Amino acid sequence: MILDLADDALILSHRCSEWLTRAPEIELDIAFGNIGLDLLGQARSLYALVGDEDQFAYQRDTHEWRNCTLVELPNGDFAFSMMRLLAFASYECALFSTDPGRDDLRAIYAKAIKEATYHLEHAEAWVLRLGDGTDVSHARMQAAVDTVWPLITELCSSAPEVEGVVRTQLAAILTAATLTVPTTTASTRRREHTPHLAHLLNEMQALAREHEGATW
Amino acid sequence: MVTLADARTRIEAVVDPELPFVTIAELGILRYIEVDGDHVNVTITPTYSGCPAMSAIEEDIRAAMDGVDVTIETVLAPAWTTDWMTTAGKTKLRAAGIAPPTHHTDSVPLVLSVRCPQCGSTRTSEISRFGSTSCKALWRCDDCLEPFDSFKVL
Repeated sequence: MILDLADDALILSHRCSEWLTRAPEIELDIAFGNIGLDLLGQARSLYALVGDEDQFAYQRDTHEWRNCTLVELPNGDFAFSMMRLLAFASYECALFSTDPGRDDLRAIYAKAIKEATYHLEHAEAWVLRLGDGTDVSHARMQAAVDTVWPLITELCSSAPEVEGVVRTQLAAILTAATLTVPTTTASTRRREHTPHLAHLLNEMQALAREHEGATW
Repeated sequence: MVTLADARTRIEAVVDPELPFVTIAELGILRYIEVDGDHVNVTITPTYSGCPAMSAIEEDIRAAMDGVDVTIETVLAPAWTTDWMTTAGKTKLRAAGIAPPTHHTDSVPLVLSVRCPQCGSTRTSEISRFGSTSCKALWRCDDCLEPFDSFKVL
């Protein structure tokens, strides 16, 4: 459970970092940097509970990662990245509102829920603006929704009790954004990865693997 | 033999690497100092989970204690809040052109206008919810037209 959450946060953090210098506006570039940094911090706190963060981040092969499909998909367009962030932040907010039953994890949840709430507000503002925007932005946003929606069950698979809350919250936002809430589901599972994860790890781990013990 | 008063004076004067005109004590990052014989225990807490300044702050605390054996523990609970920032810290932020955070209320999601740190006007607007560091947002004054950083209420 802790590794599921840590891996989700680290992989999405890396995806956020890929937007740097590529976002539509400099303020959005900065936003991706900040959000990625928050997620990186969450991942580090979580890894510290179960072992060595560098070993987890740099020394594991694809099949050893527990992150869900949603976070490993490439960034796509801005609409997809905002819809993915909306779903992930909604999931984090719901999860961090639960009691994990141990003090060290409770401390991480209490810290991270403040960050997730801020991410959620950012993503919601953009999903509303793009969904209820032009024909083009609406169509792109709907395509993003159609891709993200079926992956929510897997996202919530390590805490299935929050899935209902997440779906209800997202459905309300999508409806307000004049978007259609899909009914489709997918049977993706954690640890069954798309080829995209290998590409991501190849880049993220290259330096640490080629130069063992390197610091930078 | 190091005294608590001495350790306090030195460590409380350590400044934040991103905001080098405010101390870690004024920001509320410094939580606890304890002296145990020749050994000093220090507890600090990050503003945000991913705050990249934490390792620099640890190094600065060790440098401030110059040779004294220091153990630094980073704690997450209770989670840092801008309410821990001292009045002196807020005054220094404003003097440096950064709007300090307003007081936080748990029950009422109150969004007060941010006062321009340059001219004092309350006719200001948010440019970007995210700014140069995790703890700041970017604002603009509609009177003097200066953009400025605003410390986010957390």
